Amino acid sequence: MSLLEVKGLNIHYGGIQAVRGIDLNVEEGELVCLIGANGAGKSSALKGIVGLLPHGGQVHYAGASLKDRPTHAIAAAGLALVPEGRGIFARLTVAENLAMGAYLRRDAAAVRADYDRIYATFPRLAERRGQLAGLLSGGEQQMLAIGRALMSRPRLLLLDEPSMGLAPLMVQKIYETIQAVAREGMTILLVEQNAHLALQVSQRGYVMESGAITLAGPSAELAADPQVRVAYLGE
Amino acid sequence: MLDFLRARPRLALILVAVLLAALPFLVGAGLGKSWVRVLDFALLYVMLALGLNIVVGYAGLLDLGYVAFYALGAYLYAWLASPHFGLHLPFWAVLPVGALLAGVFGVLLGAPTLRLRGDYLAIVTLGFGEIIRIFMNNLDAPINLTNGPQGMNLIDPIAFGGFALSKTHKFFGFAVSNAHLYYYLFLAFVLVVMFVALRLQDSRIGRAWAAIREDEVAASAMGINTRNVKLLAFAMGATFGGLAGGLFAAFQGFISPESFGLMESIMILCMIVLGGMGHIPGVILGAVLLTVLPEALRYVGDWQRAMLGHVAVDPADLRMLLFGCALILMMLFRPEGLWPSRQRKRELHAADEVAEHESASVYDVRG
Repeated sequence: MSLLEVKGLNIHYGGIQAVRGIDLNVEEGELVCLIGANGAGKSSALKGIVGLLPHGGQVHYAGASLKDRPTHAIAAAGLALVPEGRGIFARLTVAENLAMGAYLRRDAAAVRADYDRIYATFPRLAERRGQLAGLLSGGEQQMLAIGRALMSRPRLLLLDEPSMGLAPLMVQKIYETIQAVAREGMTILLVEQNAHLALQVSQRGYVMESGAITLAGPSAELAADPQVRVAYLGE
Repeated sequence: MLDFLRARPRLALILVAVLLAALPFLVGAGLGKSWVRVLDFALLYVMLALGLNIVVGYAGLLDLGYVAFYALGAYLYAWLASPHFGLHLPFWAVLPVGALLAGVFGVLLGAPTLRLRGDYLAIVTLGFGEIIRIFMNNLDAPINLTNGPQGMNLIDPIAFGGFALSKTHKFFGFAVSNAHLYYYLFLAFVLVVMFVALRLQDSRIGRAWAAIREDEVAASAMGINTRNVKLLAFAMGATFGGLAGGLFAAFQGFISPESFGLMESIMILCMIVLGGMGHIPGVILGAVLLTVLPEALRYVGDWQRAMLGHVAVDPADLRMLLFGCALILMMLFRPEGLWPSRQRKRELHAADEVAEHESASVYDVRG
């Protein structure tokens, strides 16, 4: 059984259907990407999964239905979302942001150990731990958002467009960290417009187009697919 | 001098305590008894501002109808301790009930607004504030609950057994007036409210409030039950408002809907903004300044009469003019408030620092 299983997910905004009955699944330990152009419905699908948007269809996580459960309960079940646009708490310090990631945890000693782990992964954050998060650069904010999500010790990490609005070299750096996190065994669902990078780091991928999944398969195959190459890899 | 005290916090604390204890006598001797009443009102407004600060400063929910909870506390006190219904319950029974009722209304009024943010929330809460006031204005028929625009009179003063705070009492030959006695009572309540507000700020709930203030979606993704946490902010703020309302009714002995208008809500909000949103010492400073300064402006009338022989500009008009100018100047030159928290000050004056830092970190990655 998959860790995350989505069946016939439907999302409407008023009269407009943003997601048209998509199916996808993520196995434990996998890095799966969901790619597609701007406005294809990728972010909406992710928001539906974590309960931020009302939706039709089935979402099962570790065997239990997530349908009609509020976002905070879904977070408590072990899904950590790194929201689109990062969603850092700008007027809190870096350390306070990380502490918010551990909001539901009661194991104070393990939380302290996790701070050190996050600071080791992102030395930049350690240097700036007392600084307001809103004063960080975009790339640092993205690192903070990922670090904050990891502080909850999730079973499934959901990343919404981590490359958005970042300088190309910073994007490279963020992706190196995503890979490092995946190598440690984290299950990740990555929503990304930058198909080239996403297909490079992931094992499997789904291609989304105007609300529906049009292609799915191992990332290497997708990257070699002529359709994908033309539409998303700029060839 | 300041450094000297900073190194000796206990001495500083004792000095502040002595100063606060002596303040009504110093003010009464120097400026006259009416100024002691101004001090009492300043303390009431400190309570209100600290309450609203929980909603606006901590949780970031712009509430323009806060005075409704002040009104509820005041009216409940009047219902349970005045000749209106012939009830004369003691204050220690009435005040908690009033605070609780206001807290319940905080949740009731907060619930429908949960999905609203910013301007929309402000407009809806503004409406709620007016609804309560209009209710109080019109609930003299079919059953006379509030006496309508005439207001409710002869409200019982706070009394400890037979010791009523409304009278002048003699201590060791010293006559201590009611304004002085209420000052100490209000001061005690302010200290309690301050303590609660400080503890809340550093608590788990305080952190959850800060998170929803900054980014609600991210907060819910952290596992924060945003609905409950917001309702709790409304309830806590309203409770303080209700408490202040009860004290106000007992102190004045008379209440009418006029005291609970929109201007009052805006005034309390201005105290927070002027002082430094979210920062307790700043909020207290704002509340004291905005209560004391308008009173001081009354002297401008006397001064005009002495200099010009007549009053050219009504001090009340002048008050609004100066007030508006002061707010504009604040927004231009000190948007973080007079006494902001260190964090907020840095944030609002850090634009250059960020730009520099931003470009530095891009170069970093390249290098």
